[in-house]
Amino acid sequence: SRHLVLANSVSLYCLSGHPTLPCNVLKFKSTTIMLDCGLDTTSVLNFLPLPLVHSPRLSKLPGWVSKDGTVNLEKELKECAGRVFVDSQPEFCLPERELLDLSTIDVILISNYHCMMALPYITEHTGFTGTVYATEPTLQIGRLLMEELVNFMERVPKAQSATCWKNKEIQRMLPGPLKDAVDVWTWKRCYSMQEVNSALSKVQLVGYSQKVELFGAVQISPLSSGYSLGSSNWIIQSHHEKVSYVSGSSLLTTHPQPMDQSSLKNSDVLILTGLTQMPTANPDGMLGEFCSNLAMTIRAGGNVLVPCYSSGVIYDLLECLYQFIESASLGTTPFYFISPVANSSLEFSQIFAEWLCHNKQTKVYLPEPPFPHAELIQTNKLKHYPSIHGDFSSEFRQPCVVFTGHPSLRFGDVVHFMELWGKSSLNTIIFTEPDFSYLDALAPYQPLAMKCVYCPIDTRLNFHQVSKLLKEVQPVHVVCPEQYTQPPLTQSHRSDLMLELQPPPMPYRRCSVLNLPFRRRYERVYILPELANSLVPSEIKPGISVATVSAVLHSKDNKHTLQSVPKPPPAPPTKKRKRVMEEPPVVLAPKPLLSGAVPLEAFLATLQKHGITEVKVEETADGHILHLQAEDTLIQLEEDGTHIVCDNNEPLRTTLRDLVLRFLQKL
Amino acid sequence: MQHKIQSLTQDSNHTSPSRAERFHPKLLTLQAHANQPRSVEGAGQDVGRSCILVSIGGKNIMLDCGMHMGYNDDRRFPDFSYITQNGRLTDFLDCVIISHFHLDHCGALPYMSEMVGYDGPIYMTHPTKAICPILLEDFRKITVDKKGETNFFTSQMIKDCMKKVIPLNLHQTVQVDDELEIKAYYAGHVLGAAMVHIKVGSESVVYTGDYNMTPDRHLGAAWIDKCRPDILISESTYATTIRDSKRCRERDFLKKVHETIERGGKVLIPVFALGRAQELCILLETFWERMNLKAPIYFSTGLTEKANHYYKLFITWTNQKIRKTFVQRNMFEFKHIKAFDRSYADNPGPMVVFATPGMLHAGQSLQIFKKWAGNEKNMVIMPGYCVQGTIGHKILNGQRKLEMEGRATLDVKLQVEYMSFSAHADAKGIMQLIRMAEPRNMVLVHGEAVKMEFLKGKIEQEFSIDCYMPANGETITVTTNPSVPVDISLNLLKREMALGGPLPDPKKPRTMHGTLIMKENSLKLVSSEQALKELGLNEHQLRFTCRVQLQDPHSDPDTLHRIYTHLKSVLKGYTIQHLPDGTVMVESIVIKVSSSAEDTNTKVLLLSWSYQDEDLGSFLSTLLKKGLPSGLC
Repeated sequence: SRHLVLANSVSLYCLSGHPTLPCNVLKFKSTTIMLDCGLDTTSVLNFLPLPLVHSPRLSKLPGWVSKDGTVNLEKELKECAGRVFVDSQPEFCLPERELLDLSTIDVILISNYHCMMALPYITEHTGFTGTVYATEPTLQIGRLLMEELVNFMERVPKAQSATCWKNKEIQRMLPGPLKDAVDVWTWKRCYSMQEVNSALSKVQLVGYSQKVELFGAVQISPLSSGYSLGSSNWIIQSHHEKVSYVSGSSLLTTHPQPMDQSSLKNSDVLILTGLTQMPTANPDGMLGEFCSNLAMTIRAGGNVLVPCYSSGVIYDLLECLYQFIESASLGTTPFYFISPVANSSLEFSQIFAEWLCHNKQTKVYLPEPPFPHAELIQTNKLKHYPSIHGDFSSEFRQPCVVFTGHPSLRFGDVVHFMELWGKSSLNTIIFTEPDFSYLDALAPYQPLAMKCVYCPIDTRLNFHQVSKLLKEVQPVHVVCPEQYTQPPLTQSHRSDLMLELQPPPMPYRRCSVLNLPFRRRYERVYILPELANSLVPSEIKPGISVATVSAVLHSKDNKHTLQSVPKPPPAPPTKKRKRVMEEPPVVLAPKPLLSGAVPLEAFLATLQKHGITEVKVEETADGHILHLQAEDTLIQLEEDGTHIVCDNNEPLRTTLRDLVLRFLQKL
Repeated sequence: MQHKIQSLTQDSNHTSPSRAERFHPKLLTLQAHANQPRSVEGAGQDVGRSCILVSIGGKNIMLDCGMHMGYNDDRRFPDFSYITQNGRLTDFLDCVIISHFHLDHCGALPYMSEMVGYDGPIYMTHPTKAICPILLEDFRKITVDKKGETNFFTSQMIKDCMKKVIPLNLHQTVQVDDELEIKAYYAGHVLGAAMVHIKVGSESVVYTGDYNMTPDRHLGAAWIDKCRPDILISESTYATTIRDSKRCRERDFLKKVHETIERGGKVLIPVFALGRAQELCILLETFWERMNLKAPIYFSTGLTEKANHYYKLFITWTNQKIRKTFVQRNMFEFKHIKAFDRSYADNPGPMVVFATPGMLHAGQSLQIFKKWAGNEKNMVIMPGYCVQGTIGHKILNGQRKLEMEGRATLDVKLQVEYMSFSAHADAKGIMQLIRMAEPRNMVLVHGEAVKMEFLKGKIEQEFSIDCYMPANGETITVTTNPSVPVDISLNLLKREMALGGPLPDPKKPRTMHGTLIMKENSLKLVSSEQALKELGLNEHQLRFTCRVQLQDPHSDPDTLHRIYTHLKSVLKGYTIQHLPDGTVMVESIVIKVSSSAEDTNTKVLLLSWSYQDEDLGSFLSTLLKKGLPSGLC
């Protein structure tokens, strides 16, 4: 492994093509580091929703048979409003698992709780034996989101597992978008709670700006990224190389601690992922629209459905509503938050003072709960339930506002509300999560009478912010998903919706393997105190000193140390002196290189001091020749060389040598 | 490291520095700081208050800024003029770090920052930052409003002081400046208590503050990684105690409370509002629940409600069990424990009262104590350490007649129990922490001299490290011997590794040679050739030529061949070549042969070598002077 450490190449294996749900593997100084573990859940849009209670509408949907009648998949595929859906337990598109051996991964760095949902697929049943690093809020909220996902799936078990449609020959004949779905054979059903627990038991907690040493070669450190509770960017560095991994980051002032930008400076390579998915939608504007549509619907006597994740933007929505409720005279409208983890999510949000923005921290010092949803709960304006069953069904009043998941509208309690409220144009569904196309999400519910409002709130960096950031931190190279290097397909004229950098960013796509450019010239070694004390520095230029070093190099655990050369064992005393003389010299230290010149006058003066007085100086083209007449010896002094010609007088020769050396610098 | 570089470059001005001058060993100065003449104070051998000054790598750091609870005059604050000699504290100190919110660790902070004057950074954890101003204000009120003292810090000063505080997160590496970094570790003890690792270059110090190595009912155990500091500064409150198991102590406590209640007595538990109080409340709450007891439990008003709020909001700082279950059941919401009102103290029948402060030196706990002291059915349980001079300290030492204000005396008839619940590490815990951190030197503070002496002996014996116990105001200096980090050119390192083969052979260490370039703050180790190039220097060639006469009755080419054969047999492991142009080369040394004009048997050998082959050249000229052995062909 010693050779590997010195290898200059740093490579990046790209296992996900989704720019906001990344999964990349960095091989850096013999350490294999996975950066995020995003799970692409957009695949579930191809499936039929999982209703909590029997849905006559869904069960009556016609099966699909090809136009010519040759392919009959009516058991597996159902048609709804011109689209075809798979009638099976929904499946997810996993990170690529064939590009490299996942058991060789040493560590996984998680940047935020949305980017860890594929973790059990990577850490379980692959031979993975490494460590996962994440902040405490990321772990706790990530656990809640996984728990919720498993709960959604296991609550309504579906015996059927459709596989025929995945047959290449058959898939080719299916209508879009099923026909164009890629890698369908690798799609997997949801993991179990046991797998989640096992995966999360491998997490090691870290705090912002904590420095963690990996195998002595690499240091990793999470930085606040400002996007969500505990969200982080990562610095991966050795003494002489620095890679920054920027994942979902935000410069907006919402609830999390602000983004740490300055620590990203001086990066050799900056890997940029997780920019906003809604580059043209302003989050503040969306929030305003959200509030006004909500109020309008309630006033008209309708219900509002907000499909959302159980953590994240919902905290901001609730805070916004807290301020809005009174002024919009919604004081009596019930707000419901329904999720198996609703209570936990609301409680957890209040205990992470260290990870919150300054304003919220100050509240904790009072001591008051940092989020105002505590007050909404206390005053009974906001109620939370684990599901629509149980207490909710008896306490539920309309018109009301319901926050519930899953934002894909394919599973979770939201499916029930779609069936319940979809037929009335009084009701409104407001989409706030940017992860799913709302038209695709609604497709299996068509035809639909309820109003649809699309206010995606994505607080992550937009192209304007990111180019400003990059100007500020000045990485040598930028690596990013290929999607960021060209304008969106639908807005090909918008050159402001892409990254324009010099040198241009290195794009990646799913299954890319990139060699990252580094110009590494140095490595850190430690000089042990004994050796350090024996060094003799001499000033060679003002402010610059040099010392020659002869040392023994020891390398262990990727750390190099230099220590003094051990003294050779003394010659055995029985040997005769003469014999010792004839031993050829053992070269312990070669002589240093010399630099400088020998000045004639000073040298003559020195010779005189040593009793050499009869010197005849002869000028030559390149310098002088000194005849030491009494000693019959010649010394040729030139600008870049000295030649001593001395026969049969070893003591004289060594004296002259030492006198010349006095005038020269040793390197 | 900074210091080391400077000393290197400074020394280089001398042409031939003496060996001792070349590298100054780094000095670490530790001051248990308080004015000498005032004897028993400061952080040294006393539990009164903590305030330690550490100098490391040219940085000055103040660790804790405590107040002595046993004094009522200005002896309670450290004498800061002692460290600066009239200079400004801000110029002298690089930062102040507060380990936890107890007043003997932070009580002098507003005095120092606002009255003496300090504008630099002050670091403490979030819970400490939240709770410490409340305790300071509480204390200020007692001192100024009740006792009427002047010359004390004001509410505004507490606020201004807290504005200078930068919150610390656990394990976060905080860069105080380019060279000084600090990192906090969990210390148990009280909510938000931290140990701190201070690092400058390759030198480091760990300061524990107060800590606890066993988890209790509400907090976890202190933990630190193997950071191998040069010095570990540990509190040693319980230096000699090896405390029995927590469970036994809890059982004991419950038994005593229960017995007193059963015989109709009242139990007074003097506590500080935050910390031990919460642990004992949890303990009694669960006991009352289990035993279905009806006697009332009260908690003296004031901080209680607030205190429990802090515990709820900083739940991540409590122990694992509480953290795991807090969503279902928050341990800090008590069913059996009610707020206390003054008038309740005179109620008949049994009761348990938690009252502040913990050392019976003032306030509600003292008032209740005075009321109940005369009845032998009652009991006072002191769950923590008491400072000399407090009533708590007196009754624990068996004093039964107390002099009160106005010459009155108080007969103490109630039972006095001491239960060491205060969460300090005991001797076992201190040893455990040493094993965790592996320090090179140990300093014991915040303890009593005799007990510390005992522990010092134990530490030196078990770990073979030096252990110091500075007295108050004493400065100790510890010499460190750090490795020097340098940047080696990859070319040089690769060359070395290629020569050394893939695996290092411990028996045959290979020597590498290079030139260390010291420039400003950078140390680079490169090959000599690269050094010349980088520094823009010319190379100066030093050559030697030497003629040696030799009697050898052979032709010149034969003599040359004989020389070749001779050298081959003498010089093992050297490159020796007989070249077609009539020379022999040993490494880069050239040897030529010519016959003397007068005598063809007298050969003249011409040896020429460069300074780089000086040792070999010198050896060869001496060797060849002795002639060739006869047996050569």
